[in-house]
Amino acid sequence: MNKDNNIKINGAEIILKCLEEENVDTIFGYPGGAVLPLYDALYKNKNIRHILTRHEQGAGHAADGYARVTGRTGVAFATSGPGATNLVTAIATAQMDSIPLVCITGQVARHYLGKQSFQESNIVDIVKPITKYSYQIKNVEELATEIKKAFRIAGTGRKGPVLIDVPKDITVDKAIFEYPVEVNYKVEKWGESEHTYQLVAKELMDCKKPLIFIGGGAQDASDEVKELAERLKSPVTYSLMGKGVLSDKHPLNIGMIGMHGTGAANYAVSECDLMFAIGVRFDDRQTGDEINFAKNAKIIHLDIDKKEFNKNIRGHIHLHDDSAIGLFKLLKVMKEENYNHQKAWLDQIETWKVNHPLVYLKSGMIKPQEAIEAINVASEGKAYVTTEVGQHQMWSAQYYEAASARHFITSGGLGTMGFGLPAAMGVQLGKEGELVVAIAGDGSIQMNIQELMTISANNMPIKIVLLNNKSLGMVRQWQKMFFEERYSCTLFKDLDQPDFVMLANAYGIKARRISERADLIAEMTAAFKEDGPQFIEVVVDSEENVFPMVPAGAANDRMIFE
Amino acid sequence: MKYTLSVLVENRPGVLTRIAGLFARRGYNIDSLTVGRTEDERYSRMTIVVDGGQDIVEQVAKQLHKLIDVIKVNDITEVPHVERELVFIQVKSDSNNRGEIMDLLKIFRGRVVDLSKNSMIVETTGDCGKIDAIINALSPYGIKEVVRTGKIGLIRGDGRKN
Amino acid sequence: MKMTGAEALLKILEGYGVKHIFGYPGGAVLPLYDAILNNPNIEHILVRSEQAGAHAAAAYGKYIGQSGVCIGTSGPGATNLVTGIANAYMDSIPLLAITGQVDSSFIGRDAFQEADITGITMPIVKHNYLVKDPKKLVDIIYDAWHIANTGRKGPVLIDIPRNVFEATVDFEPRTDLVKIKGYKPTYEGHQSQIKKAVKMINSSFKPLLLVGGGVNFSKAEKEVVEFVEKYNIPMATTLMGIGTYDETKDLALGMIGMHGMPYANYAVHHCDLLIAVGTRFGDRATGSLSKFAKDAKIIHIDIDPAEIGKNVLIDLPIVGDAKSVLSEILLGIEIVERNEWLEKIIELKSRNRMLLHKTALNPQLIIQKLGDMARDDILIATDVGQHQMFAAQYFKFSQENSLYTSGGLGTMGFGLPAAEGVALAAGGKKQVFCITGDGSFQMNMAEMATIVEHNLPVKILLLNNSSLCLVKQLQHFQCDKRFSEVSFTGNPDFSAMARSYPNMTAYRIENEDEIESVLKEAMSHNGPSLIECIISDENLVYPIVPAKKGLAEMIGVEKW
Repeated sequence: MNKDNNIKINGAEIILKCLEEENVDTIFGYPGGAVLPLYDALYKNKNIRHILTRHEQGAGHAADGYARVTGRTGVAFATSGPGATNLVTAIATAQMDSIPLVCITGQVARHYLGKQSFQESNIVDIVKPITKYSYQIKNVEELATEIKKAFRIAGTGRKGPVLIDVPKDITVDKAIFEYPVEVNYKVEKWGESEHTYQLVAKELMDCKKPLIFIGGGAQDASDEVKELAERLKSPVTYSLMGKGVLSDKHPLNIGMIGMHGTGAANYAVSECDLMFAIGVRFDDRQTGDEINFAKNAKIIHLDIDKKEFNKNIRGHIHLHDDSAIGLFKLLKVMKEENYNHQKAWLDQIETWKVNHPLVYLKSGMIKPQEAIEAINVASEGKAYVTTEVGQHQMWSAQYYEAASARHFITSGGLGTMGFGLPAAMGVQLGKEGELVVAIAGDGSIQMNIQELMTISANNMPIKIVLLNNKSLGMVRQWQKMFFEERYSCTLFKDLDQPDFVMLANAYGIKARRISERADLIAEMTAAFKEDGPQFIEVVVDSEENVFPMVPAGAANDRMIFE
Repeated sequence: MKYTLSVLVENRPGVLTRIAGLFARRGYNIDSLTVGRTEDERYSRMTIVVDGGQDIVEQVAKQLHKLIDVIKVNDITEVPHVERELVFIQVKSDSNNRGEIMDLLKIFRGRVVDLSKNSMIVETTGDCGKIDAIINALSPYGIKEVVRTGKIGLIRGDGRKN
Repeated sequence: MKMTGAEALLKILEGYGVKHIFGYPGGAVLPLYDAILNNPNIEHILVRSEQAGAHAAAAYGKYIGQSGVCIGTSGPGATNLVTGIANAYMDSIPLLAITGQVDSSFIGRDAFQEADITGITMPIVKHNYLVKDPKKLVDIIYDAWHIANTGRKGPVLIDIPRNVFEATVDFEPRTDLVKIKGYKPTYEGHQSQIKKAVKMINSSFKPLLLVGGGVNFSKAEKEVVEFVEKYNIPMATTLMGIGTYDETKDLALGMIGMHGMPYANYAVHHCDLLIAVGTRFGDRATGSLSKFAKDAKIIHIDIDPAEIGKNVLIDLPIVGDAKSVLSEILLGIEIVERNEWLEKIIELKSRNRMLLHKTALNPQLIIQKLGDMARDDILIATDVGQHQMFAAQYFKFSQENSLYTSGGLGTMGFGLPAAEGVALAAGGKKQVFCITGDGSFQMNMAEMATIVEHNLPVKILLLNNSSLCLVKQLQHFQCDKRFSEVSFTGNPDFSAMARSYPNMTAYRIENEDEIESVLKEAMSHNGPSLIECIISDENLVYPIVPAKKGLAEMIGVEKW
C-alpha cells in the first residue's frame, strides 16, 4: 500500500494523485461546473500538463492520438452533461480501434442524480455500448481503486476506452489517499504453448504461398513481424490499422488489403494457400465477400481477443496470444533453413505489382496522390502522419510511406471525420520535436476546425495539409460509381466554403495555398522546414477517384482499377 | 419496504434493456425481476420487486409508465395477489443423511430433482418467506449453490377492483 | 404503392408538411440521399457537422411547433448527434433523428462505421427504434413522429440499416390516428382537480403564475395573457418559459432562479399560491427545495405525470395539457381584489437594484440596447454562459416563441446552429440574433459556412471576454479566485475569421457609444454578419442564489 501519512485530501486531489501514479503527464480537457474542484486541484498541481481544447470532442481525439503514438493510455477530462456527451464520438472511435483511453467526466452531485438536474446526463449508460468499462463512482473511498482499475482495464489485453464518472460532491469529500497495488479485475488469460507454435511452424513450412496479414494489434510487434517475414520470405499485407508495422519501403511489403488495397495485396489474398493474420479483426472493409475471402488458404489467426476468432472469418488455427510475445515464441521454434522455397510465389507477387501498380495521371490540376507523394519527399519519410476520413485517407494509406509502427494515425473502424486535426495535437505532444503532418480533406477539417486555435495557442508545430477538392469526395465517388452520378449534397460551390488560408491566418497560423504542380514539392518542403504550425492548402482535382476499388461485398480479387 | 410491481410490456427485443436501464439511471434498486410471455404472445409480464420508500416506488411506477413499450403498471403490494418463487438448491448429502434431508423436504413440499454421490439438487416453490426458510433449514448440511427465479405474482380474481 | 424505404420515409415526412431536413451524407445513408435528390418538396440543408444538424433541427422544430428532422450516417455520424439529442431531451423539444446503419447482416460485428446508436441513446430519447424488418418501417416512422410530437414532446431516433432504405416497401399514406398501446398522453385535466384549482385561486390573496417551457410547447400564450391581464395575476417564468408573455408589462416579472430577476425570486418567496404550469422545477430554477415557495400552496399543471411531485411537494396536481387546463380554469375563476399584492409586485419591480459591475463596455448594456432597438422584430438564439443569463435578464422578451436556448443540458455550441435552424424556419422573414460568447461560439463555428451558403439573416453577437467567464465566475466564488483553465491565452481574430467566409460581414464594438450605430448597421442589411464586442472578463452575473440557499437569499442585489 502506498499511504501518504494519513492526511486526508479531497477527491479531486486523489484523482490527480492517481494519474501521477499512472505516470500521466498530459491531459486534454474542458472545464465546467461539475469539474470545478478537479480543475481547482489541477491549478495547484505542478506535474500534469492540461491542454485546454476548444471542444470536448477535440480533447477526446487528442488524448486518443496521444495514446496511439505513445502506446500509453490517453486521458481526457470533461464536465457533466454536454461536456460528457461531446466525448461520445471520440470514445466510440477509440473503442473501434482498441485504443487505451481513460475519460474522467464530472457529474452532478449525488443528491441531484436521476432528477434531470442542470447539466445532468447519464453518461455511464450512454457509453456502455462503446467502452470496455464505464462506472460511476459511489463514494470517495473507492475512488483510487476504481481509477487504478480503469487504467488496468484500458491498458491490458485488447485495449480500449474506459469512462469514470465522478459526482461533484465526491471530488470535494475527503479521504486518505492509498493507491492500491492490485485491483480486483480478472484479466482474461492468454498465451499459447510452445507445442502449439511448433504446429504453426510446421504449417508455415508446408505451405507454398504464404501471406502475412497484419493489423492494429501488431503495432508493438514490428521487429517480430519483420523477422518472420524475412525468414519466411513471405509477402506482407496490412489493414489500415496495421500500416507502418512493417516499413512501407520494405521489399516484402505489398501494401494495404481490402476495398482500396493494392492489386498485389488483394490478388495475393485470393491466391495464397496460407494466411497468417496477426492482430486483425477481418473487418468488412478488408474482407469484402467473406465467403470467398482467402478461399484457398488455411487461416492462422493470432489475436489477444478471443472473441475475434470466427466472428467474421473462420480461422483454422486460433492463437490466443499477445502478438509480439506470440511471434517471439514462434520464431524461437522455427527452423530457418526449411522456409526458403517460395520463389514462384514471390515471382507471381512481383508480376501483380508490375501489372497493377497504383497509378494516376499527372496532368491538369494537381492530383491529390501527388500531394501525398510530395509529403513523402518533404518529410524525408520521417513524419508522424494523421488523417481525417475520406478519399484523402485512402490516398494517404496508399501513397504515404510510413517508416515504422505508430507513424500512421487514423480512424479505422468508426471512420470519424474530424478525428485527424485534434489527434495531431496529441501526436505532437506525445512526440515533441518530431515532424507531425495532419492530412485533411475540406469536409473533415471543418468538423473540428476550432482546434486550430488550440494548436495556435500552444504553438504546436503541426503541418496541416488540406487537400481541397471542394466536395465530400468519398461519398461523391460512391454516387458516381453506384448512383449514376447523382451527386446529392456532396459538392461545395465556392461560396459554400471559407477561404481556408484566410481562416488559418485568423487563427494566427501561417498559411499558404498551392495550386500549381511546379510549386508543389518546393512549397511543401519550405512549409515543413518552418517553425510553428503551418497550414498548407493544396487545391486538387475534384474529379479524382480512389482506385483500385473492391465494390462493397465483392471478393477481393474483383477490383475495379479505373 | 419491499414493493411488488406487475408490469405488462410489449414482447419485443430491447424492452428488458430499457427497463433495466431506467432502474440504473434513476438509481432504483431491484430486488428481483422476472419476465415471461403472457396468454397473448404480443405481451410479456414482468414482476419487479423494488426496495425503497413509497415516494420512490411511485416515481418508479410513473417512470416505467413513460416507457413506450410499457402498457400497464400495477403496484400489487397491497392488492390481494398470489405470489410464488422457484428455487433450486444444491446441498451436500451422502447416504447417511439423505433420508433426513428428504424428511425435511416434505415439510416444504420440496422434491429432489438430481442426485449424485455427494450432493443432491432439490426444488421447491412458494412465497419468498418459504424459500428463505428452506434455505435456512438446509444450510447446516452445507449448501453448494442456490438459484432463485425471483418472484412472480398475479392479482387475485376480485383484487382488480381495487 | 411500391417504393423504396428511403422514398417512403420522405413521403411520410412530406405528409407531415416537412419542408427542410438537416443532415450530412455518408455511406449508410447513400440511398436516402439519392431519394432526397429526387424529392422536389423537401430541401436538405447540408450542415458542417452532425451535431450542428441536431441543434438546428431542434430549434427549427421549436419555431414551427412540430419536430424538426436531422440525419446522420452510421457510426460517427450517429454519435455526433448525441449531444443534440440529449439537449432536446432535457428541454422536451420534439425532434426526429434518422440515422443510417450498416446492412442488417453486419449488425453486431463491428463493421465499418457501425455504432450501437439505439443502445447509446436509450437514456436520452423519448423512444428509439432499430428497424430490422423493412415491412415495419412505415409503421415505425408514423409511430415515431406521433411520439415525438405529442404528450411531453421529445427526441425520437430511428436507426435504419442501409438495406432497409433500399428495400421495396408497400406505402399507403395513413389517414387514421396513430395509436400505440403503451402510450396515451393525458390532455384533459381532471374536472374535480380543476374545480379545486379554481377554488384555491379565487381564495388566494397573493397568487403567482409560474410559466415553464411546457406553455410554449402547448401554445397557451393567450391563456397566460388572460390570467395576467384580466384576472390581475402576476407571472414569472423559468428560463424555458421566457417568450410566453411580454416582459415589459408591469405584472410580468421575468425569470426566476439562480440568476433570476430579484423581484421574480422575491415574488416566489412571498406568494401564497404558486400556479406552476409546464415546468419541472429544475434545480437552477428552485434553489433550495425546502425553502422554495415555502409559504405557498402549489398547483402543478403538467402533461407528464412523472414530473408531479418529483422535485417539489405539490398541494394540487393536475395532469394535462397546459392550454386545455388553463382555459378550463379560466372559465371558473373570478376577478378578485388583490391590490396589496399587486402594489407590492409593482414596487418590487420598480425597486430593481441588480448590481452591475461597471466596465468599459458592459455586455448587459449591449443586450438591453438590442432589446430596446428591435425587441418586437428579431428572434434570439443563445449559447451557454454569462451571455445567456444576461440575455435572459436584460433583453426583455416580448414576442411569443422568441428565445432559443439550451436550458436543461446547458449545451455550449447550441446557439449558432439554433440560429440557423430558426432563420430557416422563419423563412428569412425575421432576423435572428445569435448571442454568444467566445467559448461557446468556437464549438460549432463551422456552421458559418452553412449560414453563408444559404445567405441566412443570422447576426452573431459575439461577446468576447477571452475566457470561459461563467466557469471563471464560479471559480471566483467557490475556488477563492484560483482561475484554472478558463482563460483563452489565444483567441482567433474573429473579424478576420468571419471575413474568410464569403459574404459574411464583420463589425466590432469596443465602446458604449458604438453600440447603437453598429447594431443598426448590421440590421440594415439582411445577410449574415458577426458583431464582435470586446468586453471585460471581470463581469459577474448577478444576482446569485448560492448553493443550498433559498431564492430570497440572493447575493448581488441590494438588501430591502
